Amino acid sequence: MTSTSRKAYGVKGAPYAFLMPATVLFLLFFALPIGYAVWLSFRKVKVSGLGLGSGARKEVWAGLENYTDALTDNELVAGALRVLGYGCIVVPVMLGLALLFALMLDSEKVRLAPVTRLAIFLPYAIPGVVAALLWGFLYLPDVSPFYFVLEKLGLPQPDLLDGGPLYLALSNIAVWGGTGFNMIVIYTSLQAIPTEVYEAARLDGATPLQIALRIKIPMVAPSLVLTFFFSIIATLQVFNEPTTLKPLTNSVSTTWSPLMKVYQDAFGKGDIYAAAAQATIIALATLLLSFGFLRAANRRNKQEASR
Amino acid sequence: MPITKRRRLVLRSAATCVAVALGATALTACGSEDSEAESGPVSLTYWTWTPGMDKVVDLWNKGPGKKDRITVTVKKQASGDTLVTKILTAHKAGKAPDLVQAEYQALPTLVSNDAVADIAGDVGDAKGKFADGVWQQTTLGTDAVYAVPQDIGPMMFYYREDLFKKYGLTVPTTWEEFAKTARALKKQAPDTDLTTFSANDSGLFAGLAQQAGAKWWTTSGDKWNVGIDDAATQKVARFWGDLVKEGAVDNQPMYTPAWNKALNTGKQIAWVSAVWAPGTLTTAAPDTKGKWAMAPLPQWSRSDNVTGSWGGSSTAVTTDSGNKEAAAKFATWLNTDGDALNALAKEGGIYPASTSAQLSGAFTTPPDYFSNQPDFYAKAAEIAESTAPSAWGPNVNVAYTTFKDAFGKAAKDKSDFAAALKTMQDDTVADLEKQGFEVSE
Repeated sequence: MTSTSRKAYGVKGAPYAFLMPATVLFLLFFALPIGYAVWLSFRKVKVSGLGLGSGARKEVWAGLENYTDALTDNELVAGALRVLGYGCIVVPVMLGLALLFALMLDSEKVRLAPVTRLAIFLPYAIPGVVAALLWGFLYLPDVSPFYFVLEKLGLPQPDLLDGGPLYLALSNIAVWGGTGFNMIVIYTSLQAIPTEVYEAARLDGATPLQIALRIKIPMVAPSLVLTFFFSIIATLQVFNEPTTLKPLTNSVSTTWSPLMKVYQDAFGKGDIYAAAAQATIIALATLLLSFGFLRAANRRNKQEASR
Repeated sequence: MPITKRRRLVLRSAATCVAVALGATALTACGSEDSEAESGPVSLTYWTWTPGMDKVVDLWNKGPGKKDRITVTVKKQASGDTLVTKILTAHKAGKAPDLVQAEYQALPTLVSNDAVADIAGDVGDAKGKFADGVWQQTTLGTDAVYAVPQDIGPMMFYYREDLFKKYGLTVPTTWEEFAKTARALKKQAPDTDLTTFSANDSGLFAGLAQQAGAKWWTTSGDKWNVGIDDAATQKVARFWGDLVKEGAVDNQPMYTPAWNKALNTGKQIAWVSAVWAPGTLTTAAPDTKGKWAMAPLPQWSRSDNVTGSWGGSSTAVTTDSGNKEAAAKFATWLNTDGDALNALAKEGGIYPASTSAQLSGAFTTPPDYFSNQPDFYAKAAEIAESTAPSAWGPNVNVAYTTFKDAFGKAAKDKSDFAAALKTMQDDTVADLEKQGFEVSE
């Protein structure tokens, strides 16, 4: 009797024992740092007198001060708007191209598919900073071969590192680097579509274009949702490209994107408290936007399924 | 299934490792508490970005350090502001190294965070080895001594000797002549610029303001006084703003591939810089070696003889160090001993703050890039003597960041530099007040 009950107890406890390592790691390296950042966001430093010598600087409770400061900070809002403009270019262009390439690679008439696939994917393997540096050199009129050619042909030479074209220049780097990855995701799900579906369509007299539009795209919709989801997050967190281009031009300020402002406040100004508050706000905004989108997409899927 | 099993195992052993590692840090943390030992061998850690510092430290470890049983270990770091952040973070954990390299303008920030120690009692007669203006930067105007000066960056005017001759230009001795030279060049060669106003290195503007007599941070009683938007700095801002606006000088940032090319091909024929310029020019404009010359910085009035400083750093002892006396001893040796300074110049390419070293050893011959100017260092030492006193405050980093953004935008738009200066002043004051400093209006 006793042995059976002990056995039962052991089995009951087993899942928790197995969960332990993962839980401990999660708490230590995920929950704890986040919790600490949130805690910091409610603190601030208080200096007394000239602030020289020991004990002149104390950490005190700040309440919501850092949050109200962040939300009323024009620069953070302006940064968010800049990133929004950037995202409006990057996401549609990148996903559009990725879908187009995936459909083209999936079509039957394509030659040298593996080579092409690799060639389109390759930029993704290049680190973001390196890509931004590489493009940065190409954007600088005095050292860029493009400008050399434009000059020789007598064509106008736009300043890509200023005003509106700057958004195109930055987007171009992201599109160049990200299209390959998204294409692979979409292409993989295209490959998973059973060939009978195409056969049936062809028997019904569908042209390759109709197959692509009416069958392939709807069937890879889940991966489109997924890539869109990833792209939104990546856009909100844009940091590498503008930071790398910053030294090359006066047009990119140190607070160009919200994340750059967080970095600047934490490591440029040494105000980790304000930076923690801004980081929390950005994290919440990202969560809201991306999950809001996912829910909307899921609802649509369900509606379509029930139809 | 077997894969999941293995993964969990890995995870669990990772967790054990973490526990062990945490235990280990706790142990070392306890261990470092009681190291205030005056006798017995001492080992010190030194954070620095000077290249070749390990070789200089070897001299210490094999010479005077061996005698005193003080061993120094160098940990190479990133330069400037990045290191300040790192020191402050390490200090929060009570784990800052014994010795750190710090730029002069960062010292008030470090002092205000209680990260560097007062070593007035341990540096002996080091004060006499440095110019007053340099030494004052390490005392912050108090009786304390927070660091020993290492290198300085007196500002100078660099120009292409051959191209000045070609365009019939004379070397400007006043800023008024400088503006005239810029315009005259523009008239002769519209594609060529005398120089550029760059907003990506705040140290340059700070140095120019310092030359004009600006005192950005001063104290009165228990209050800080911020004078960024003072008459002297306004004069400097207006001067460069006008030149940029009329297109007499370029408005693009320095240290870009385009800037390198402009210097290397003679599209920019002068550079307002500091004593360390030969090193930068060697990499930026290798093809023009031997064609440049150095002259004193143009003056605001003909009777003046004063320059600003751009760059320069010191060696400080942290409050976390358990062996402050030994650390201060090393810092003093490093920056006043003839052999040490010679090695520093040779290995690290620094220009020493110590006045006696400025004309000895490595500094008897000109830098390789300036072999056409044999008296380069004699002239440099003369100019260094005329360095204006500087006045740094506890949030130079904030002023510098605002400078980059505000002046970067103003230079790009060729708009009002006075407004950008006002932004810099306002942001700096606002930050001080936010931190709780008392600021007098």
